[in-house]
Amino acid sequence: MLLEQIINGITLGSIYAIIALGFTLVFGVLGIINMAHGEIFMVGAFVGVTATGILGWPLWLAFIAAIVVTSILGYLLERFTLRPLRGKKGVSHLAPLISTIGVSILLENLSHHIFGAGNKPFNTSFSQISITIGSITIYLVQIVIFIISILLMIGLTIWLSKTKAGKALRATADNLETASILGVDTKKIIILTVVVASAIGGIAGILVGMAFNSVSPQMGLSMGLKGLAIIILGGMGNVKGAMVGGLILGLSETMLVAYGDSGYRDAIAFIMIIVILLLRPQGIFGSKVSQERR
Amino acid sequence: MRGLNKKLFSILSIIMLLLLAACGGGNTTTDSNSNKSEDGVISAKFGVIAYLTGAGAAYGEAITNGLKLAQKDINALGEVNIELVIEDSAGKADQALNAAQKIMSDDSITAIIGPTLSTEFFAVAPEVDLNGIPIMGTSTTVDGIPEIGDYVFRNAVPESLAIPAAIKKAVERTGAKKVAMIYGNDDALTKGGFDVMERTAKEMGLEITTIETYQEGQSDYNAQLTKIKNTNPDLILASALYNEGAVIMDQARKMGINIPFVGGNGFNSPQAIAIAGDAANGLIVATPYFGDSTDPKITKFNEDYEAEFGKKPDQFAAQAYDALFIYADALKRAGSADKEAFKEALAATKDLEGILGKFSFDEVGDVIMDVTVLEIKDGKFIEFE
Repeated sequence: MLLEQIINGITLGSIYAIIALGFTLVFGVLGIINMAHGEIFMVGAFVGVTATGILGWPLWLAFIAAIVVTSILGYLLERFTLRPLRGKKGVSHLAPLISTIGVSILLENLSHHIFGAGNKPFNTSFSQISITIGSITIYLVQIVIFIISILLMIGLTIWLSKTKAGKALRATADNLETASILGVDTKKIIILTVVVASAIGGIAGILVGMAFNSVSPQMGLSMGLKGLAIIILGGMGNVKGAMVGGLILGLSETMLVAYGDSGYRDAIAFIMIIVILLLRPQGIFGSKVSQERR
Repeated sequence: MRGLNKKLFSILSIIMLLLLAACGGGNTTTDSNSNKSEDGVISAKFGVIAYLTGAGAAYGEAITNGLKLAQKDINALGEVNIELVIEDSAGKADQALNAAQKIMSDDSITAIIGPTLSTEFFAVAPEVDLNGIPIMGTSTTVDGIPEIGDYVFRNAVPESLAIPAAIKKAVERTGAKKVAMIYGNDDALTKGGFDVMERTAKEMGLEITTIETYQEGQSDYNAQLTKIKNTNPDLILASALYNEGAVIMDQARKMGINIPFVGGNGFNSPQAIAIAGDAANGLIVATPYFGDSTDPKITKFNEDYEAEFGKKPDQFAAQAYDALFIYADALKRAGSADKEAFKEALAATKDLEGILGKFSFDEVGDVIMDVTVLEIKDGKFIEFE
């Protein structure tokens, strides 16, 4: 029982972590909370449903399709809702937040119109493959989700710390104006960030579809809010924090259902955040120095 | 030349206006006092409040589709002429109340159908009752709905009728002694269904191994199901809407839980099979509507519905369809679109033949009719033996 619940918790936590990675990347560079991230994740899941269920494509092609579509969405999001607001005089720092909320509502209603209300099944033979040890059944999907989340975390860390683009990205995150004076093409870096974050969201969408076999236009909202909670928990803009925060949240939610009352499942996430923020206001991995990002 | 054009234009517009007025006259007059036109057709306007956007929009869609089909069929008969004013409640009590207020502000409205969820209905019905407007729920199955007031009715089969019938039959056949329960704790329908299930299980002396909850729109039920699996029940009582219920069954079957599920009204839909596929096998529900029935009234309804909307109807569509026929019948007997006369006629509805069978109201305005217990086997609803 305990082992099964731990596996459930790690699966859920890994998914939370992948979603939180997308949030944290955009926040780290732009200082913007991208409220449309949850809906981009939802679109990724629907692309997966369409590709595997309706078009009958193999899974790897569905992954590529989801990444391509969500990357394009990410580009459009940056081009039409974030860039026009950046660096303009008199624009409130809350404006990008509101415009991303607008995008999220648009995407939710659009997919409602296209795909209809209600859950759509995600049919792939891949999600049926399982290993049974004693009374415990582990699905290959669960292992894949965990591995992908770890790979994404390691990949992002290396990319940010070792590559030129990553260094440029961190420079931009540190101070946009200085980076641009020093010859960093900040416009390109910002586009790159939003596109990569969106693509990660798309991957998360397909993984959720495979793991839980339920895709609906409303799935973006609750997952998005959890992702947001995790980056506050883990430390804003911190990759390791997103990963650890995601796993903590996933595991504690699962354990609460297993040994407590399932009615309080969602409440625990937010109670825990309040407690952690009281003890460590900057989040688990957050830095003490608050940076002024504009 | 310009002046001439202008004159011509204004003359033309007057002619057009006259033409339009001539077309409009005769059949539909909105004034409730002169609602009987010369040819003896009684016209009435009914307000509809349905859950059309949001997580449960599929229910509102089925209901409004059922109503639209009924409207077409009723108006084609030529005895009464019904107009529907449809408002969205988005599944939220406050929005449902806003929609109701909008509808009530129109004096020519005779009666209201909806809202979709019992939660919404409890917010709306007292207000509507106070204004002396008849209101009927077609999908509101929680206990205590018709008791709200004299003007409040329903044709939805209450959970307290459907669920015990399903549980009794399931226990009879499987000989189950231990049951596990799971329900959505943020909706009046699933919560109400759970209360009935718990009561029935206790009355029947069944051992309840565990009670688990979830919230609407959740996608991961593995934690709850693992816990249920480890308590080794013989039967799972799931008070869930089909959207969540089907996903729960899918995840349960994957986990190796192969015992039957008993569901409430909200779980009974062909959509459950569409979502869960083979995993839906073993679901037991009681329902007034059996989609695969060979009854000619139901097969005709199914064909018409599928031709019109491109998908199979469910119980919500069928109940909405019957509801408008109940209204039309009351309207006919009332002889006018007057709210008071309509309410009296509605309350007197007795043994009306709908597609779901004979229908009557009891003294408080609750439904009296027979239910059938169904199970899903080999991807199809069949009668439970």
